[in-house]
Amino acid sequence: MAKMNLEQLRKLREDKKQDLTRREVEGKEIQVIVGMGTCGIAAGAKRTFDAIVDAVNAAGLGDQAIIRQTGCMGLCYVEPTVEVVAPGMPTVIYGKMTEGIVKDLVAKHLVGKKLLDDHIFDRPAADIMKK
Amino acid sequence: MAYKNFILVCAGTGCESSKAIEIYDSLIREAEAQGVKNDVQVVKTGCFGFCEKGPIVKVMPSESFYVEVKPEDAKEIIAEQVVKGREVKRLLYKKDEKTADTVKIEDIEFYQKQFRVVLRNCGVINPENIDEYIARDGYSGLERALFKMKPADVVSELKASGLRGRGGAGFPTWLKWDLTIKAPGEVKYVVCNADEGDPGAYMNRSTIEGDPHSLIEAMTICGYTIGASTGYIYIRAEYPLAIERLKIAIKQAKEYGLLGPKILGSDFSFDLDIRLGAGAFVCGEETALLQSLEGKRGMPMPKPPFPAVQGLWKKPTVINNVETFVNVAVIMTKGADWYSKIGTEKSKGTKTFALTGKIANSGLVEVPMGTKLRDIIFDIGGGIKGGRKFKGVQTGGPSGGIITAESLDEPITYESLTALGSMMGSGGMIIMDEDDCVVDIAKFYMAFCVDESCGKCAPCRIGTSQMHDLLEKITTGNGTEDDLLKLEKIGKAMTKASLCMLGGSAANPTLSTIKHFREEYLEHIRDHKCRSGKCKDLVVYSIDPVKCIGCGLCARKCPVPCIAGEKKQAHVIDRSRCVKCGECFKACKFGAVVKN
Repeated sequence: MAKMNLEQLRKLREDKKQDLTRREVEGKEIQVIVGMGTCGIAAGAKRTFDAIVDAVNAAGLGDQAIIRQTGCMGLCYVEPTVEVVAPGMPTVIYGKMTEGIVKDLVAKHLVGKKLLDDHIFDRPAADIMKK
Repeated sequence: MAYKNFILVCAGTGCESSKAIEIYDSLIREAEAQGVKNDVQVVKTGCFGFCEKGPIVKVMPSESFYVEVKPEDAKEIIAEQVVKGREVKRLLYKKDEKTADTVKIEDIEFYQKQFRVVLRNCGVINPENIDEYIARDGYSGLERALFKMKPADVVSELKASGLRGRGGAGFPTWLKWDLTIKAPGEVKYVVCNADEGDPGAYMNRSTIEGDPHSLIEAMTICGYTIGASTGYIYIRAEYPLAIERLKIAIKQAKEYGLLGPKILGSDFSFDLDIRLGAGAFVCGEETALLQSLEGKRGMPMPKPPFPAVQGLWKKPTVINNVETFVNVAVIMTKGADWYSKIGTEKSKGTKTFALTGKIANSGLVEVPMGTKLRDIIFDIGGGIKGGRKFKGVQTGGPSGGIITAESLDEPITYESLTALGSMMGSGGMIIMDEDDCVVDIAKFYMAFCVDESCGKCAPCRIGTSQMHDLLEKITTGNGTEDDLLKLEKIGKAMTKASLCMLGGSAANPTLSTIKHFREEYLEHIRDHKCRSGKCKDLVVYSIDPVKCIGCGLCARKCPVPCIAGEKKQAHVIDRSRCVKCGECFKACKFGAVVKN
């Protein structure tokens, strides 16, 4: 992307805003977002991230899912945290998602369309940018 | 087979103790009884952070938020919500009990007690993708400043917002910027203090890691306002991930023309660079930071002249910390009117805190100013780990003081914290329980200050090590009551005579613990006793021969080993060789090992 002027910035913002409201990103319906702040990484988020990529591919969902990273959500006591957006399922944040549980997450949530017990946490505050 | 509904039952410690498991079981039973078990999944979740109204049950996808649910309500929830697809109105959270208006979750503004302004993008956007920041109104504050406002308008906007500096004593941000504008000189600088050095504080690190563009946007706005074309972010080298993400963000901003020459086609040019600090605590002090930035040894300079007049390379400089800058980005995006409604009369906006120590839910929190400490520790933080008793909370790191149980209902503002002998400082909150020794903690912070004192001024260089020696004397059982008076005397002298705030506030942890826990200091001095057992020199372990059954577990756990005894006979500790590790005390299942 070349340097922008004001109009170009405004257009880009509108385009990207629409992307956010659309459910799929880059044509993919499933989004798995891993918290990768220092706290998350220290708790094993990098291994979790890799394990998710492997498990999603193994489940044959590789072409439908996008796996992304984000910063710290504030739930340091249950790191690593993973947010899952999938069609037909409520969007939830899972805590304590160490690499060992990832297979379960993919098998249950993405394939079986069931939520995982004892791992769901809530976003700590409402989003001020939504209004 | 896909479920139509998901019922989330909060099984955090708060709700669990108020029958969450019974509710969970009843919901499953009812779903089966009413023949809808294939339409609904019931799950247990972690804490929703709204424990005072617990137990909480949330139904998705309708987002129905039920509070104070009882096990008997399960039948109705299943019958109405799952079978008929209607909400159970009487259980919905009501904003105001009188009007009985029910609200959806997203409308319950403060239902979770936290309010995320600085951290609004953390955990939401990909910090390495500028487009996601832009999509959330990123760089619209800069756009507004550059094309709709004169520098003086930005200052007025900040003044109307009521923003005060987040790193220290709360100097009004607009005034700092205004003084820099008015200072004579062609060349001016913008500097960000990202040298977060307090033990237990990591708010700035997480903010940069999660949302680096907010900082870049705000510093650019500052550059435009004060007429600077260069800015520096002074960040500690111990934050490699934050540095990496900042570098990526700066590169992206430059590619988009949001940094560099003629930003967005305007006449304003601004560039940012990163400078790494080597981890000296004193470099968090602004004049020492500027010295270090110039490539000199980081040592504070007397003020005045203030950096606003003579800062980096003797040029007028705005120096703010990360959180202050990020607030500016939000104020410029959402407006001063919106911002000034948050917080109290004199302390506007929010404050981020890092909750650590003996707290159940450690983490990064952000609350409106004026929130009570009790709400932060017991509602958001879930209380003390393991149900132990709260003793105090250390705020502001080695520069702050301990705040005790009696002040838990004090609303957090700049003024209230100062009055309590603490300070807003950076925002680390270290929670202590009854197992922590206040003298030991005071000694820990003093040792930190001895290490980190730059040595330039005598009150701090000599004072910190003298105070540390006295604290050491007390914790080893050699202290006198006279030492306590000496501590107070030296502490007060250091507070008044030190060159910078490192020495000026180094005595705070000691003075405030003496003030609140004088009795505990006296126990160490008079009775040679440490009630928490943290001061090892004052602890003696022995075995009660009546209670001891001679199982030998303590002897096997002893690392020395210094516990002897025949099988099925009472054991004995050889005190001359005991290292007081406490392993035997922890191991004994019969309470036969005695600590006193």
